[in-house]
Amino acid sequence: MKKGLLLGLLAAAVAFGAGAYYGRATKQDMVISSTTSGASYGGGFKAGGDAAAASTAPAVLRSVAGPAPTNVVVVKDGESIQAAVKAAPAGTIVRVMPGTYHETVYIDKDDIRIIGVIEEGRRAVLDGQKKLNDAILYSGNSFVVENLEIRDYKGNGIMGQAGNNFEIRNNVITAAGVYGIFPQLGQNGIVEHNVVSGIADAAIYIGMSDNIHVAHNDVFDSVAGIEIENSRHCIVEHNYVHNNSGGLLAFVTPGLPIKTTIDVILRNNFVVGNNHVNFGAPGSTVAGIPAGTGILVMAADDVVIEGNIVSDNKVAGVIITDHAHAANITVDPESEPNSDRVSILDNVMLRNGYDTIKEVKALMLTEGKRGGALDIVRVGPSPGSCIINRHQYVTAGVGDFAECAFTNTAATSTYLLPPVPPRVIKPDERGKVVFLGICSGCHIYNGRMIGPPVQVIQALYLDNPQGIADYIAKPVKKRDDYPEMPPQDYLDPQTRLAVAKYMLDVRN
Amino acid sequence: MRRLVVLLLAVACGSGARASTQPDITLNQRCPPGFEQTAAGVCELRTLYQFYDSLENRGVGGTRTALPPHRDGFTPQQIDLGRYLFFDPLLSGDGTLSCASCHRPDKGLADGRPRSIGIHGEDAGRAAPTLWNVAFLQRFFWDARADSLEAQAVGPLYSPREMGNDPARLIASLNRNATYRRLFREAFPREAAGPVTERQVYAALAAFQTSLISLNSRYDRYVHGYAEALSPREIEGLNVFRSFVARCSECHTPPLFTNEQIAVIGAPEPPGRPFDVGAEATFGSPKLKGGFKVPTLRNVTRTAPYMHSGAFASLRDAVEFYNKGRGHAVPKDMHLYLHWHITDPHLTAAEIDRVVDFLGALTDEAFTPVTPARVPSGLTPIGHANRTAAVSARK
Repeated sequence: MKKGLLLGLLAAAVAFGAGAYYGRATKQDMVISSTTSGASYGGGFKAGGDAAAASTAPAVLRSVAGPAPTNVVVVKDGESIQAAVKAAPAGTIVRVMPGTYHETVYIDKDDIRIIGVIEEGRRAVLDGQKKLNDAILYSGNSFVVENLEIRDYKGNGIMGQAGNNFEIRNNVITAAGVYGIFPQLGQNGIVEHNVVSGIADAAIYIGMSDNIHVAHNDVFDSVAGIEIENSRHCIVEHNYVHNNSGGLLAFVTPGLPIKTTIDVILRNNFVVGNNHVNFGAPGSTVAGIPAGTGILVMAADDVVIEGNIVSDNKVAGVIITDHAHAANITVDPESEPNSDRVSILDNVMLRNGYDTIKEVKALMLTEGKRGGALDIVRVGPSPGSCIINRHQYVTAGVGDFAECAFTNTAATSTYLLPPVPPRVIKPDERGKVVFLGICSGCHIYNGRMIGPPVQVIQALYLDNPQGIADYIAKPVKKRDDYPEMPPQDYLDPQTRLAVAKYMLDVRN
Repeated sequence: MRRLVVLLLAVACGSGARASTQPDITLNQRCPPGFEQTAAGVCELRTLYQFYDSLENRGVGGTRTALPPHRDGFTPQQIDLGRYLFFDPLLSGDGTLSCASCHRPDKGLADGRPRSIGIHGEDAGRAAPTLWNVAFLQRFFWDARADSLEAQAVGPLYSPREMGNDPARLIASLNRNATYRRLFREAFPREAAGPVTERQVYAALAAFQTSLISLNSRYDRYVHGYAEALSPREIEGLNVFRSFVARCSECHTPPLFTNEQIAVIGAPEPPGRPFDVGAEATFGSPKLKGGFKVPTLRNVTRTAPYMHSGAFASLRDAVEFYNKGRGHAVPKDMHLYLHWHITDPHLTAAEIDRVVDFLGALTDEAFTPVTPARVPSGLTPIGHANRTAAVSARK
């Protein structure tokens, strides 16, 4: 099972290799490119409007969550972080003092920042004691979490579901059950300066997200180091990725509602000695990664690999493959299975592939290579891919890669976007939508439904929208021929007033 | 026995025996609840979720996430004609079943059976799915073999194991009926010169079904900012539901509580039932053997029994299935490509209870459609609408 990912490739690889290489007697001419003088990768993200400059902005964005709130609450050892979050209005810094906290903290409102205070190395520790599921669960926008230590949870350390403009920074996460850091279904996020280890799946997992920056993290002793899955416009740079089963991964998992991974830059990372025994859960995608994989690209498109130091990964420095060769992966007719347009620029590759798997050895033999070292191997179609200075690497299956049209990614500093201000919903807009979405189940303009017609209500309240707003919060039975109205006190006072005004204004 | 009574009633009331003193059946000129009537005279859905966005516009995410793209823009008349058709047993081969026989307003727009029963009493093979929020779906049937409501309609209408009609007979019976001819002309004025067509029937049924909106549960109120809408136990359940131990929300993703993908979960068949290959047949792919479309969980407390063939009588049993170990119910001699989120989560009994509590907060039947008192065929409308129940469910 551990080698499942590549188990399926043997026959196909040998056949492919034979067709592609036996006819080629002479070595290709050596083409030498300079990465300091060539063209630069233009980047794959073209935002509209004000954000248009994002991909070429020389200034590196340091924040995507917007200006820091001024409202601050402090949580001390022995108190509850969740209680503070629950009481906090949107736009609050929750400062967490050193101590040990046994809780799951969930954040379903916007602009909450949980900031640990580190005193002489002592952190705010979230300790799941192997009993709690996840440490941090957020769905609000502009969420920031910094300076925490998280350990011994059964699920994830930090998990996001659809929050945009997030920042996950300076956290130390050990022995979370599945993922250390897992933002999912969000746009515009930073994951940086985290130390994550001992994770049974991916230490850092970017799932179904757009415009993400993963930088300066130290990830080790996990099954997968950093995983970019079904995501677009991501930069992974300056990370130290060591002693995982697989280091950096960019791939498409079939069967997810968002189907592509496009435009991922993996650059300037240390990808070292990722030979940890694979302890991934049976059935998980990462359980199929051969232990000893530096960088894995599977079905992801427009991946650029540049400036990494990739060393001492025993199976291969870089594996480029497709869904068809992944034995434990399901199919999805809507997922394009190949890794299109992979670009391999200059990287430092040392001592990779010294103990590779037999399927790869067989492929190397078809190219007349003895084994004992392997930097880059490609199995399965990878149309439009390119490489520069190919002569420096030990490769298999990349003989027909073109020369790249660019030699560096210097022009693309970030895919992050300026903080997007929250959408302001005008009261009349909200009033109409709430009336139609909720009230219209019982009230129509001029007919009998469950409640009296809007016309009748208009005659009663005339210029008194506040009267309606107050009544619907706490209705009393007024009419023998209608059932009592259920209270609508879950709507805040402004929304109730907006609905009331809409009801008095509506004319049909 | 019940079926016999229905049949007798149909014979007694049917075949043009309508009392002439009753007023003509007319179509609603107003959009159904939840919809705004635009200047162009069509009905457009309005919901608070339209104030949010979603990644890649796919309508999956967390709390304040937009819904997926949806169908709307039908006229009030098309929607109301669809309602009459939906409840009219004229649509079945022998006048005994309507769409509402298996999509009952009082059963969460499902039918409360493990598997539906067709006109000749046969087992239809799979459970009737709820119709709530079908306006947002891209694929239909458990095995995802139809890609529109119109394409879906021909399945049950003409299957001998379901409504047992055929297109020629259906269209002939509608064109023989003066009331239907008038109503179709009104709903499709640009085609008023011609006879009733199959396409019009499917369009009207689709129009009605896209009006079945359930987006105002207590969960939704929590999402829109009212933190007290969920009880502490339900919030505990929500956090188990979306935790990466239970992983329910990875496929039953908010806001619809489905990601609309095919998942092979290895659910059992009821005792004595053969294994159902599901989506393998649709896509011709052995890796999808035993795969079914992830169903929505909205109004799930109303739609027992559960799974594609009703293997679980209670919601708790259905939740507990996921806690019994990856592949525990897969037939011994069979290899399935089980979904990666099917794991062995070791939830406690209390956590399972909390998930069930949370699922109860996904109930909203405020827009339950009204079963017509009469339908144009003169047959007895088949439906079990109960507005009182719908109203009390909102509290």
